[in-house]
Amino acid sequence: MDWQAIWLSVRLAASTTAILLALGLPIAYWLTFSPRRWKFLVEALVALPLVLPPTVLGFYLLLAMGPRSPLGALYARLTGGMLPFSFQGLLLASVLYSFPFTVQPVAAAFAGVDRKLIEASWCLGVSRAATFRRVVVPLSLPGIATGAILSFAHTLGEFGVVLMVGGNISGVTRTVSISIYDSVQALNYGAAWATSLFLLCVSFTVLALTYALQRRIWAVWPIN
Amino acid sequence: MADQLICQCRKRLSKAFEVEADLCLPLHQAPVTVLFGPSGSGKTTLLRMLAGLERPDAGSIVFRESPWFDAARAIHLPPRQRRAGFLFQDYALFPHPTVAENVAYAASRETASKLLDAFGLTDLAARKPRAISGGQQQRVALARALAAQPALLLLDEPLSALDAPTRSRTRYELRRMLLAGGVPSIVVTHDRMEAVALGDWMAVMVEGRIRQTGPVQIQCVDSGETGPVLACIRAEDVAITRQMDRVSSARNRLAGRVRAVIPEGALARVELDCGFTLVALVTAQSAAELVLREGENVSAVVKATSVHLAAHTSLQ
Repeated sequence: MDWQAIWLSVRLAASTTAILLALGLPIAYWLTFSPRRWKFLVEALVALPLVLPPTVLGFYLLLAMGPRSPLGALYARLTGGMLPFSFQGLLLASVLYSFPFTVQPVAAAFAGVDRKLIEASWCLGVSRAATFRRVVVPLSLPGIATGAILSFAHTLGEFGVVLMVGGNISGVTRTVSISIYDSVQALNYGAAWATSLFLLCVSFTVLALTYALQRRIWAVWPIN
Repeated sequence: MADQLICQCRKRLSKAFEVEADLCLPLHQAPVTVLFGPSGSGKTTLLRMLAGLERPDAGSIVFRESPWFDAARAIHLPPRQRRAGFLFQDYALFPHPTVAENVAYAASRETASKLLDAFGLTDLAARKPRAISGGQQQRVALARALAAQPALLLLDEPLSALDAPTRSRTRYELRRMLLAGGVPSIVVTHDRMEAVALGDWMAVMVEGRIRQTGPVQIQCVDSGETGPVLACIRAEDVAITRQMDRVSSARNRLAGRVRAVIPEGALARVELDCGFTLVALVTAQSAAELVLREGENVSAVVKATSVHLAAHTSLQ
């Protein structure tokens, strides 16, 4: 079993989830509550990775990260390194690729919060930010947990984008799925078996935990 | 005149319906104002515009000389800066914290515990809102709103979520609590009984417009309007006697014949034919004591102050 690849994947998935929660919650809030007419464009943009082939996303990301693009140039000036074929580049790609997996469940949970509870909080003199923290987030915890866990599991299993953006550098960008692909290519079925089984078990456990957790939270705070 | 709420604003809700509220409330004279009108007349929209939850299309709202909304000056204070407590129809208590935490949501623990005590909620403090009755939820919601020390209290159909027996019991209790809270209140209702029981001042809203305002006792007719008026006498203000000659402070006595006696629980609705139809609401007990039967001759007694005049066009 390729422990190095597993550890890399777990690190990548955990970092991706953390970044997605920080970015996804405000964006989900905006998507849910903004009165802007053109927000459907942002919604479509966020959902794009769901339908776009990972290779297409990976190709554009590769171009965008390259040293000749503004983003790549800026990154090179700030850090002296390069984004493609690095862990940071992989992280950026994973964040974009798993975006809808965080934003959609969280936005659905926000939309499920009784609007009157939010208005009641405002009328009690509590600011929008504090209302978000004290009312919206606690009542959306099941959705937020779902978003986080789906993003984690999705990142753990991603293949196409990693291949395009990260390549196959041991300890840097060789994630579990790449490692399995490698093993199969090398006809090393034993290693492929072991790593695949490991991934299967982890994914199943994570999902089972999510559903169990959700049921418990809902039992405590029934949502209408 | 500083102690006033002046609201002159418009909001179009659909092509056919526009709320156009022109309202001036003397807050010192009217601790409790009732915004009365049929369902769908725009009462809740007006209340939401006052709270800052709904933005009017045009006009202004001025509370105690501070502008809450002014379309011309692009002023639109958010709800939290208006400090207008809002009591939702279903109370909108936060489901995840306890009763005590709900009341303390926007207040210090001391203020909250004082209010819990005053509203008789101390025993329920550790419960979740879903585990208490509708009447108790209403008290929690009112305590929560008062704990935030609002400048104005807005109540949207506060009794409609309660079952009928609780509602009639709670009516007077609510008025007592509102007066004790010492915050000027505006109560939306479509129930005439509720309007009269709760309010000092009444604003009648029909089809998106305020048709008349005034003290509840002397319902006034729009000064500018001409046309037929209705003399309205509330059924519960009509007393029935069999002794025509008995001396009483009430000067209006009308001879009539009992047309029907309809029992309504603890009360009885007595329809009298006095040349016109007059309905009296008496307790079932007095109806029995007076031996009221169809065709009997009795006299109805009404105090002059119980006679309200209303423009014929404004109240259907």
